[in-house]
Amino acid sequence: MSGLDMAIQGGIWALEILAIAVPIALSVAYITYCERRVIGFMQARKGCNRVGPAGLLQPLADGLKLVLKETIIPAQANKLLFIGAPLLSLMPALVAFAVVPFGETSLFGVWETPHIMAISNLNVGLLYVMAIGSLSVYGVLMAGWASNSKYPIMGSIRSTCQMISYEISMGFGLVTVMMLAGSLNLADIVHAQAGGILHWYMIPLFPMLLVFFISGCAETGRTPFDLTETEELVAGYYTEYSGMWFATFSLAEYGAMILISLLTSILFLGGWYAPIPALDFIPGTVWLLGKTAFLIFVFIWFRATFPRYRYDQMMRLGWKIFLPWTLGWIFVLGVFIYTPGLDSIIDFWLAWR
Amino acid sequence: MLETAFFNLFAGLSIFAGLGVVLSRNTMHAVMFLIFCFFNAAGLFFLLDAEFLGIILILIYVGAVMVLFMFAIMMLEVNVSKMREGFQQYLPIGGMIAVILLIEFIAASTSGVFTEGAKATAVHFAQDVNNTKEIGYVLYTKYLLAFEIAAIILLVALVGAIVLTIRGRKDAKYQNISKQVNVRREDRVRKVSM
Repeated sequence: MSGLDMAIQGGIWALEILAIAVPIALSVAYITYCERRVIGFMQARKGCNRVGPAGLLQPLADGLKLVLKETIIPAQANKLLFIGAPLLSLMPALVAFAVVPFGETSLFGVWETPHIMAISNLNVGLLYVMAIGSLSVYGVLMAGWASNSKYPIMGSIRSTCQMISYEISMGFGLVTVMMLAGSLNLADIVHAQAGGILHWYMIPLFPMLLVFFISGCAETGRTPFDLTETEELVAGYYTEYSGMWFATFSLAEYGAMILISLLTSILFLGGWYAPIPALDFIPGTVWLLGKTAFLIFVFIWFRATFPRYRYDQMMRLGWKIFLPWTLGWIFVLGVFIYTPGLDSIIDFWLAWR
Repeated sequence: MLETAFFNLFAGLSIFAGLGVVLSRNTMHAVMFLIFCFFNAAGLFFLLDAEFLGIILILIYVGAVMVLFMFAIMMLEVNVSKMREGFQQYLPIGGMIAVILLIEFIAASTSGVFTEGAKATAVHFAQDVNNTKEIGYVLYTKYLLAFEIAAIILLVALVGAIVLTIRGRKDAKYQNISKQVNVRREDRVRKVSM
């Protein structure tokens, strides 16, 4: 490979990364707007409607305000880790998007075979997402410890316990998807669900869909599980943060929310396939993003609907309900796949037999 | 060429991170260096086409083991002067281990296993060979017994850890959540005719 080829390849990679990172940053901004409007609607009030037409410039005004605010670093804080913590939590939220397939395209017939629209179509994509997702704990832990203050450290300990508890049931939920699809490649998992709504994994794996989505809610610390930032702990692990560094934490939170919604649509809701094959003339990416947008709406809906969990209730849900459920479902699926007679039922969804 | 460059990058960074683990004063910094070291080791696995092992290294060690490590370290008091107290006392035995390791490393590097030619013969699989599947095949056929024994050891360790730490305190008050959830209006509210 010559130097020029390498430079061209590098340029293409940079463009691909920009093509994913910039829309994510923009959609994070407008998800905050949408969240405020939707919750406002659900609580019979207006929400933000002052800046720009219908309040559409509100996210930009918020961003500007956060950038212009002074960054305060506590005197006794560990400066290096204090600054590093928001970056450590943002990085996994963005890096995980590298393997997410956004659809399939033949570039209007230029290519003969359709290509997967992902930066990297990894063979172990599902494991990659899990591994990168498990790194987001470090940002939280570091933020709590480096602030050198009692409320952040309590918040970070709580939040770490929550994240590692729900990661387990999430991982077991993914095992059931692997058992049906026979692959760890996200694009292959979507291909295994081709052919209409009956083939989607939400039919045989409906309990796992619930477990995965609720665990995702707990992973990102969204409302029924936001005890990391409850009033009793001031604001949890980011009590001491201000200005841009605080905004980085919320950017990471909303980025993780988009990722969970995307993954749920890819793994359980048929990815870029239409519910009825006749509707396939609409581009797959539109379907995928539509499903994702719906799931993000569900996240917001949760926030407006449910009161916060108590800490012991949350731990009980993770360890005593979700974990036995997922383990039981793995067992049931295994029995169905390998028992003569029963396997004819599961063969409808089984991609690898 | 690119592969050698990446190998040198990952190897160099992992040695740097390893030095950082040993030399940094702050235990928290040492943990971060160790995490960085694991990442570079995962990168080396990727260069060997062992993407499954690389990802699992990150998932298990960085995602789970180091988090628990950090949990324990967060609770420690960072007292530098106290930590340096036993330095003189442990110097002879530590120095001895260091010398033995140094001799071993020199012997290994001059033995000819790591010569330029040997490194170049690292086999690359075809694109369609699925690393995960291959590992699964050998793990569940050839090495099934060892795999099961490892699983049983882990289970015993798990149960042992729980047995060691569980303390059934009689005076502690607990809330029975399923009871709380199952409460109906009739249990709490009584209609009184006036």
